[in-house]
Amino acid sequence: MDEITKITTDAPRIGVFVCDCGLNIAGTVDTAAVTEWAKDLPDVTCVVRNKYTCADPGQNEIRKAIVEHKLNRVVVASCSPRMHEPTFRGCVMDVGLNPYLMEMANLREHCSWVHAGEKDAATEKAKDLVRSAVARARLLTPQEELKVSVTKAALVIGGGVTGIQTALDLADSGHQVYLVEKEATIGGIMAGLDKTYPTMDCSI
Amino acid sequence: MAYSEVVNVSGFVGNFKVTVKKKARYVDEKECTACGECVEVCPVTRPDEYQTGFSTRKAINIPFPQAVPASYLINMDDCLGTNPIACGKCADVCEKKCIDFDMQDELVELEVGAVVVATGMDVYDPSEIDEYGYARFPNVITSMEFERLICAGGPTEGHFVRPGDGTRPKRIGFIQCVGSRSAKRGNPYCSNICCMNTVKDTLLLVDHYPDTQCSVFYMDIRAFGKSFEDFYMRSKEEGVRYIRNIPGEIEEDPATGNLRVVVEKTDGQGIEFHDFDMIVLATGVIPRQDSPIIRKLLTLSKTSDGFLMEAHPRLKPVDAPTRGVFMAGCAESPKDIKDSVAQAGAAASHANILLNAGEIAIEAITSTIDIASCNGCELCVDVCPYHAIQSNGKKNAPTIITAACAGCGNCGAACPTGSIEMKHFTDIQIEAQVDAICEENAGEKVVAFACNWCSYAGGDFAGISRLQYPTDARLIRTMCSARIDEEFIWRAFRKGAAMVLVSGCHYADCHYISANRQTVQRVNRIWDKMDRLGIRAERLQLEGISAAEGQKFAKVMRDIKDMREKVTKEEIDETVRILSEEHDKKMKKKAAKEAKKAAGAAA
Repeated sequence: MDEITKITTDAPRIGVFVCDCGLNIAGTVDTAAVTEWAKDLPDVTCVVRNKYTCADPGQNEIRKAIVEHKLNRVVVASCSPRMHEPTFRGCVMDVGLNPYLMEMANLREHCSWVHAGEKDAATEKAKDLVRSAVARARLLTPQEELKVSVTKAALVIGGGVTGIQTALDLADSGHQVYLVEKEATIGGIMAGLDKTYPTMDCSI
Repeated sequence: MAYSEVVNVSGFVGNFKVTVKKKARYVDEKECTACGECVEVCPVTRPDEYQTGFSTRKAINIPFPQAVPASYLINMDDCLGTNPIACGKCADVCEKKCIDFDMQDELVELEVGAVVVATGMDVYDPSEIDEYGYARFPNVITSMEFERLICAGGPTEGHFVRPGDGTRPKRIGFIQCVGSRSAKRGNPYCSNICCMNTVKDTLLLVDHYPDTQCSVFYMDIRAFGKSFEDFYMRSKEEGVRYIRNIPGEIEEDPATGNLRVVVEKTDGQGIEFHDFDMIVLATGVIPRQDSPIIRKLLTLSKTSDGFLMEAHPRLKPVDAPTRGVFMAGCAESPKDIKDSVAQAGAAASHANILLNAGEIAIEAITSTIDIASCNGCELCVDVCPYHAIQSNGKKNAPTIITAACAGCGNCGAACPTGSIEMKHFTDIQIEAQVDAICEENAGEKVVAFACNWCSYAGGDFAGISRLQYPTDARLIRTMCSARIDEEFIWRAFRKGAAMVLVSGCHYADCHYISANRQTVQRVNRIWDKMDRLGIRAERLQLEGISAAEGQKFAKVMRDIKDMREKVTKEEIDETVRILSEEHDKKMKKKAAKEAKKAAGAAA
């Protein structure tokens, strides 16, 4: 039985990591109550509350718990996955867990920051978001990312001062660059200027 | 590649295929020596765009002497005709024989790993502010026109004169924020560059003509950059008057062409007049009017000001939400040359990181098909926006080309037999989330589906902006709203949810080309069925919320709370009863079908 099959066939052992994010989350959501409550969710093996889960000590707690409690799923209840999903995927990978076995609950952008005056309702919502993430985590399976090669060439669209500078920088780094300009000449708006501030030198 | 446009982009990060249309110049740019003989004989005269119309050019022309490539081109809209009988004088005199009336547009295919969007800006047209008379008074000019008039390479060789009568103006007024910082006309944002540009203009004038009297009408002078404040002070020391007031009107004396500016006194006690020989309108920066084309080609979004939306407003200012695409300069927001150059370096550096990687991992979120249960209906083939599902003939299971799959999940939602599984966003994973949300007090909740790229991000933006809204909704993230199977919505109602929200990108702005059109169709089907079943269709809401629309996200959340409060417990109980009966019937039918199939197989 290879490692991947082993993880999927094992009963889920979920670690939930509730983040205070300083006061960003804990200022509104009762993270202590969420932590306590999450312990009774199905297949949850351990629940840890951190001041800053994304910081090194927070990430270390996750790695430590994965090893100690033989966790095979992780739920990080902190901020938006659009912000820190890569961080926590990397974190669980460090100790051999497939990155797709990490799930996030967005308690900051979608909860504490937008419900500042409603502590009780925000805490209830936070619980639901954790419950939903745990329910999903129980069913997650490892995924393998496809590796693709990168074509060593770049396209720059627009031949004004920005496009020209970008194209030069890329070309100076040794890459093939295609600079596409709609008009009959490069130069853009800047070519239409006389002098430029604050040095008063010519634009062309 | 000048005089060229990107017309198509396909592929994905590290592996883009780009089609560029190289427009016909009708002059061989490699052979042309820019001798200018052709211009001498060209009979067609038109306003010169480069000189903002202050001088003329011919139908065959070079935009300006230092143009790159240094080659002429024929503007075919102006040329007397491709038929050499009509004119053809330029071709006759061209010694190098590089004029070719039969030249065609050419399509060039490129393969690139990264794309940098540096499409720049357009300039606000002040004609709509009629009280400034830009379209009526010749001596009211824009800051871009000022540049040409003061430039040694300009139409007057740097002699600064009035367009109206060619005399030198001695009293010059500048009006700031034309088209900027206005909720009514133009744009509400600050254009960033106009203050310092005007300061520069005043210094140029007093340098060239020390007897010039300059006055600047302004709201605030924003001299925030390095050494900008010194620059501004220098202008003041040179005697330029800065008047904190934005004029209400410009009047012209028809006899002299002189201009009178009317401003309210700052103390509110009446009005005052200022007389000038010439007025310069500091026109603002606007998004490129053709930017929707590039946005569509590269699946980019815009912020509410119309400029391109970055992947993160603070941490990823030069990365586009589409992986492998970067942005810099005024395409992202109004900025000056120094900032544009700095951002160009940043974009180049980020593109470099990708290009130097050699090999990168792409997301594993793609779909798979279970051949055994597939009935070969090919609905998935039809809905895939990437043509990543290949037909093997009706009745046969199609093949999914994993490398071409972008992971929207549209096929999974379309599949009537549940044979397609979207990795990492499987039916059971999403249904488990619906169940979890509805486990307690479902009648007080809104089950809200949100696509990763737009509406979920719009929710994040509302969070970052600390926009407050009610707590009713529980979001379930999918990559695209097209992943939302009709069954997910029915399930939420069956489990007692008061409301369901389906939110995604705007209709024509889907991150997965056109996938969210299916979302709309599915929601329409459900609305019809809700009507038939006697369930109020209003309880299912569909909204397009872009990543930049935090305000809209918060508003949708407020509106949906109001709707949620109108849903009674009795109504929910009745819905649960109706849908449970429906579901039981469906399950029985399915079981009977499977039993029949099993019996058939056994026989």
